[in-house]
Amino acid sequence: MSVVTNTTTIGAIDAPSRRNTELALVIFAVFISVFAYANVGLAINGELPSGMLGYGIGLALLGGVAHLVVRKFAPYSDPLLLPLATLLNGLGLALIWRLDQSERFQALKTFAPAASKQLLFSAVGVGLLVVVLVALKDHRLLQRYTYISMVLALFLLILPMFFPAVNGAKIWIKIPGVGTIQPGEFAKIIITVFFAGYLMVKRDALALASRRFMGLYLPRGRDLGPILMVWAFSILILVFETDLGSSLLFFGMFVVMLYVATERTSWIVFGLLMSAAGAVGVATFEPHVQQRVTAWLDPFAGWGKEDASEQMSKSLMAFGSGGTLGTGLGQGNSDLIGFAANSDFILATVGEELGLAGMMAVLLVYGLIVERGVRTALAARDPFGKLLAVGLSGSFAIQVFVVAGGVMGLIPLTGMTMPFLAAGGSSVIANWALIGILIRISDTARRPAPAPAPTSDAEMTQVVRP
Amino acid sequence: MNKPLRRIAIFCGVLVLALLIRDNWLQYVRADELNGHKYNRRVQIERYAHERGDIIVDGNPVTGSVETSGSDFKYKRVWKDGPMWAPVTGYSSQAFDASQLESIEDGILTGNDDQLFFDRTLSMVTGEKKTGGNIVTTLDGAAQEAAFKGLGSKKGAVAAIDPRTGAILALASTPSYDPSVFAGNSLKDSDARQKLLKDKDKPMLNRALRETYPPGSTFKVVTAAAALENGLYDDIDAKTESPLPWTLPQTSVQLKNEGAIPCENASLREALRWSCNTVFGKMSDDLGNEKMIEQTEKFGFGKEIFTPVRSDASIYPKDNRPQNAMAGIGQASNRTTPLQMAMVAAAIANDGKLMQPYMVAQRQAPNLDVIHNHEKEQLSRPLSGENARKVQQMMETVVSKGTGTNARIDGVTVGGKTGTAQHGLDNSEKPYAWFISYAKTDSGSPVAVAVVVEDGDANRDDISGGGLAAPIARNVMKAVIDGM
Repeated sequence: MSVVTNTTTIGAIDAPSRRNTELALVIFAVFISVFAYANVGLAINGELPSGMLGYGIGLALLGGVAHLVVRKFAPYSDPLLLPLATLLNGLGLALIWRLDQSERFQALKTFAPAASKQLLFSAVGVGLLVVVLVALKDHRLLQRYTYISMVLALFLLILPMFFPAVNGAKIWIKIPGVGTIQPGEFAKIIITVFFAGYLMVKRDALALASRRFMGLYLPRGRDLGPILMVWAFSILILVFETDLGSSLLFFGMFVVMLYVATERTSWIVFGLLMSAAGAVGVATFEPHVQQRVTAWLDPFAGWGKEDASEQMSKSLMAFGSGGTLGTGLGQGNSDLIGFAANSDFILATVGEELGLAGMMAVLLVYGLIVERGVRTALAARDPFGKLLAVGLSGSFAIQVFVVAGGVMGLIPLTGMTMPFLAAGGSSVIANWALIGILIRISDTARRPAPAPAPTSDAEMTQVVRP
Repeated sequence: MNKPLRRIAIFCGVLVLALLIRDNWLQYVRADELNGHKYNRRVQIERYAHERGDIIVDGNPVTGSVETSGSDFKYKRVWKDGPMWAPVTGYSSQAFDASQLESIEDGILTGNDDQLFFDRTLSMVTGEKKTGGNIVTTLDGAAQEAAFKGLGSKKGAVAAIDPRTGAILALASTPSYDPSVFAGNSLKDSDARQKLLKDKDKPMLNRALRETYPPGSTFKVVTAAAALENGLYDDIDAKTESPLPWTLPQTSVQLKNEGAIPCENASLREALRWSCNTVFGKMSDDLGNEKMIEQTEKFGFGKEIFTPVRSDASIYPKDNRPQNAMAGIGQASNRTTPLQMAMVAAAIANDGKLMQPYMVAQRQAPNLDVIHNHEKEQLSRPLSGENARKVQQMMETVVSKGTGTNARIDGVTVGGKTGTAQHGLDNSEKPYAWFISYAKTDSGSPVAVAVVVEDGDANRDDISGGGLAAPIARNVMKAVIDGM
């Protein structure tokens, strides 16, 4: 917290807003991304890509507009969030564009270049960020919509059940003329608003009005009941839609927020026990999950037999082939992974073409976004803001862990997208909105307290008489 | 709420740390293993990303690389006269790996061999396009062509060696296959390979190195060598103690000769000239199983031979007396490869010194620098010079006025031995026609050859070996001598 402590005698000193730092970092992020384009073009075609200027200007415009809006509407916000998101989005665009150039992809019947669409979606995402910053003067406004959020989130989660499954998961809805949308990405943010609003009100009841049972504090049913139900409901929906990654994400986010709200470690224990039970339960009756688990345990055993395992081993080989420094952008063969190479498996391209060094840098960028989010939560002055910020950044962290851990074989693959990097409209739009909310909370948190009106008492004691 | 928040911050940090550790594990610790994994297509992509070096015969490549499109693999292997050279080169396929010389010398041919390290580093600095090195073979194009054309549509094999050095001059096997038909990785290539694998004539079998046949009467040369070496007989024109009829030891079976030939107490020279089963059967029995094994091992039997392409081991087994007697005329359980019989002929022609057979004369770096030169090497000494010359005289008689007259070349001394090997249950199948021989000029013997034709159709021993196999051997020898 960089709030300058005021005394009544000395006027409030403006806290440093760090907007110029942010601008410099955004320029740097755009520069890195344009450099990545040039790299891909030179590696694949031996010349600077013709689209480089277009993508560069597009990205610079996005970062620039976002920066100006932040400068105007959230002047005290965290200076790192926007540049980090811009960097990931720009890198993602370069990576997707690189995969668009793949001859193997172009030979596929289903191939459609994704980079230009991704730029469009990024623009929509930044637009949403602008809307959030302009319309949401104070994040506490969201508190009013606690229960509407709940209804909206559940609605969004149920919606895909009425649409056909794509690649084994029912997480998409198809709107003719617009394309496919993954409502779960938006539900993630909206349900965080509900959890934050509800837990803020009930946190004392949850923490204190509880009975001790076997060393754990169990809250009363009327306090925990509603939230437990909403949560269980969303998990159930996701399980039916075979969207495992999101189930894990919602569960993790719920436990984190409950723990922060109640300050009771018992929730962590509870959460771990329940997730273990849930995982075993789901794994016993879902063949989809069993497949993923076997593919995780021995990725090469199922070579040529099942898709999940083959994808997994191809991903591992992509990472291995990258080695320490990588093959260089455009010079790897990560497109061997197939249709999911630019969405779920985009990190494999990072791993292969940018190597261990690039991969660690990207992971650290994600880590930085998460930690700036948690930092925002720490700095926030109101419990709702704290809960919302920790919920959003916690879910972001879990998503990054689940996806990156999945493609690197650390945990079973669950099929989510890497925020900002992966091709996919819903994901990039929702994550820009998420960054928007975090920026808004951080602005409120870091804004210097208004100078109190001088009181007559103070005036008097301050008089120094000669 | 700040205390749990700080803990959450640590938790998130741990998640990222776990990812970082896992990433290091994958991309640093396991990188080589994953990069070289057998399922990793990048290995093949890299392998076919550059022009493969060539296998060279008589200064000209018999292989080549063509650029292909529509696949990950940029270059495809092609062969000139594929079926003729397949037993020498083996195949190299984008989808089905490589075999024989293409496989053994893969490091040089792809340019990835450690011996090429400096060359590779240098071209990396100079920005030169990466290509593979070359393998210069010892083969003689004319001899190979004579062998391949001679076999024609018949099933069989030819192996020819330069007795003085051990250099392999011809290595033919029929029916053969064109490795080009499955050098790519399309469905068509896969089908072509399946068809070859299913073919009951086994076109992909390298009969010259990988098939063992009963050697038939050609083995009598070995038995004669053993008799001379062990002092059983000394003078090749002195009468032997060979009764006719002769009964196989420990049995009541009488060993037969093919036709009414003068075999009773025949001298070694006459016995070989007429190919007397009784004389050589008894000789093998007199020497005993152990001495016979000893002699064959000196000729290279009993272990695989690497030329560097592996050749199956030829065997003269431990056996009981009647079997040993039969093995002495190449008619029991002893089996030899054509290469082995060519080595026998070569050792005799080279006055008893057996040279290590080889077919790679030089390995060249992509810039044609020679990185390895084969030095001729003596493998063993199966006969003394004196005894070798005695066997030579006997074999020369076979060609000049015996069963091998079809191998005669004007103005050249040729020694040889025919053979027809019965096989199958009760000799029901068509016999194999054999011929081993060598040619000799003033400067020693430049070529020894072994020919086997699988579908030798014959009623009488030897005539078919002389009829079917000898002309092929003659043409191969003539091709070598004419090329000198």
